[in-house]
Amino acid sequence: MIVKEGKSVFKGVAIGKIFVYRKAQKAVSKEQVEDTAAELQRYEAAKGKALEQLKGLYEKALRDVGEEEAMIFDVHQMLLDDLDYNDSIHGIIENDKMNAEYAVFVTCEQFAAMFLSMDDEYMRGRAADVKDISERVISILNGTQVSPEAMPEPVIILAEDLAPSETVQFDKSKLLSIVTQKGSANSHTAILARTMNIPSLVMTDIEPSLEYHGRTAVVDGFAGLIYIDPDEETMAKMIEKKGKADAQRALLQEMKGKETITKSGKHIHLYSNIGGVQDVDAVLENDSEGIGLFRSEFLYLGCDDYPSEEVQFEAYKTVLSRMGGKKVIIRTLDIGADKQIDYFDLPKEENPALGFRAIRICLTREEVFRTQLRALLRASAYGTLSIMFPMIISVKEIVRIKEIVEEVRLELERENIQVGDFELGIMIETPAAAVISDQLAPLVDFFSIGSNDLTQYTLAIDRQNQSLDAFFDPHHEAILRLIQMTCENAHKHGAWCGICGELGADMELTAKFIQMGIDELSVSPGYTLELRKRIREC
Amino acid sequence: MKSFTYTVQDELGIHARPAGLLAKAAGAYKSVVMIDNGTKKADAKRLMAIMSMGVKKGVTVTVTVEGEDEDVAAAAIEEFFKTNL
Repeated sequence: MIVKEGKSVFKGVAIGKIFVYRKAQKAVSKEQVEDTAAELQRYEAAKGKALEQLKGLYEKALRDVGEEEAMIFDVHQMLLDDLDYNDSIHGIIENDKMNAEYAVFVTCEQFAAMFLSMDDEYMRGRAADVKDISERVISILNGTQVSPEAMPEPVIILAEDLAPSETVQFDKSKLLSIVTQKGSANSHTAILARTMNIPSLVMTDIEPSLEYHGRTAVVDGFAGLIYIDPDEETMAKMIEKKGKADAQRALLQEMKGKETITKSGKHIHLYSNIGGVQDVDAVLENDSEGIGLFRSEFLYLGCDDYPSEEVQFEAYKTVLSRMGGKKVIIRTLDIGADKQIDYFDLPKEENPALGFRAIRICLTREEVFRTQLRALLRASAYGTLSIMFPMIISVKEIVRIKEIVEEVRLELERENIQVGDFELGIMIETPAAAVISDQLAPLVDFFSIGSNDLTQYTLAIDRQNQSLDAFFDPHHEAILRLIQMTCENAHKHGAWCGICGELGADMELTAKFIQMGIDELSVSPGYTLELRKRIREC
Repeated sequence: MKSFTYTVQDELGIHARPAGLLAKAAGAYKSVVMIDNGTKKADAKRLMAIMSMGVKKGVTVTVTVEGEDEDVAAAAIEEFFKTNL
């Protein structure tokens, strides 16, 4: 039995097999081969294995989620069998005497480029499919598996670290737990784990070595430990612990359907933070009263090119309709800093957290912003929408944003497209915004405090830097004073004020927030019932 | 040689899945099956080539079938278009 220690980011117990996740080998080696016949055989064997995996995925998806979702794996099999694709790979191996990985890589680039050059948006999207099948074959050739989808059962992911663009592609039904060697308590991996209610560890004292792949493990999110090949005694203890944790969760189910009111009778709006359409199930299941933060950047992270107005509209409309009239606050694109997207082609920065990100990108590249606003305003006809803008530091920015929103609204009106009512609000996540919140409040309907960034900027502590966790104090008096000030200024000018950062779920502060007059708390869906219970005690 | 024309009814045009099924269907015959949308031609046994034509809804394509089993092949492929596209 091996026991390793990490920092827990969600309490609970997970028992299952380890899946060692390694980043897809971006740089494919380019080598000359002598024995081209053997190399061709290597390719054919890898392709056969990939086809087998895809067939398995198709059947599994068919059983679990239905034909429409499964179809993609059928298409992938057909693409992998395409004659031109295979001719090209064979040609590079036979004629140029190159290794199979390189042949697949070059062919992939060529076909992906062909799809990307088409004037049909649907077809451009197929470039991602070509890349997907090619990466699958390359990873088999390299002996590195890239996707946990290939696992027949849910797994404990063991990785060095995970970027948002990687976690976004995981099949969430296959995740029991995430254990990373790096990462911090405030990293996006941690946020994902909390959204999904899965016990997970970051900063774990373990190398994501392939020797652990497939071995049985227990993640104890209470103690911050992972046991690999647990002995009988440990296993028995952990099964009991898991039973208790599950029972505790069941107990919270009693909070479903109850009102979120304090002892003095004030109703607190208890909302959820989500990253996409797929999280709405968790929101509804936990009886949340609305969505306080829809991180729209995950729509951008999931694809190879700017998501079109239509794609965004469908996503927003789906969330709004599924929430059936409950409030949905969608935050406009917040990328830059730790969330990078290749096709935005952003310049490398010395200090990205203080750099070109969020609203600064939107106000510079207005066409990107306008596309998103058009999609949002069109979706507003399908529910109760609030739009929220991130990283605000000045009055000037809000004035400009409101001008653009109005222009977009008029444009849609001219096109006879229906636009509903919507609220406009801003994130308070820079000390500047908190300090001038008296000037900002008259211009907006609401404030939502982004405590993660507000904390990092106020304390001058990089939240990705694990070595600073000892200095990081989310209860720092400076932050609490900024929150208090923001809340008071909002109320003075008739705006409401909520918190959508991790601090909102900090039960030690709930009473204090209520005392300050906070109107709304938006947390990961998994915390909803526990927080409702806590609010009812305050 | 046999040929027929067909106007695509599917909302997405000849998208990935029907193109794949078409390649499979055409692959079952010895005849050479070509699709022509007026500007581009593609071998119907080659999926990515069909997709690269980008045939949208409302576009009329001409399909030619040539080879020893062209009679059965043309009938089957015409039926395929009517059912799937």
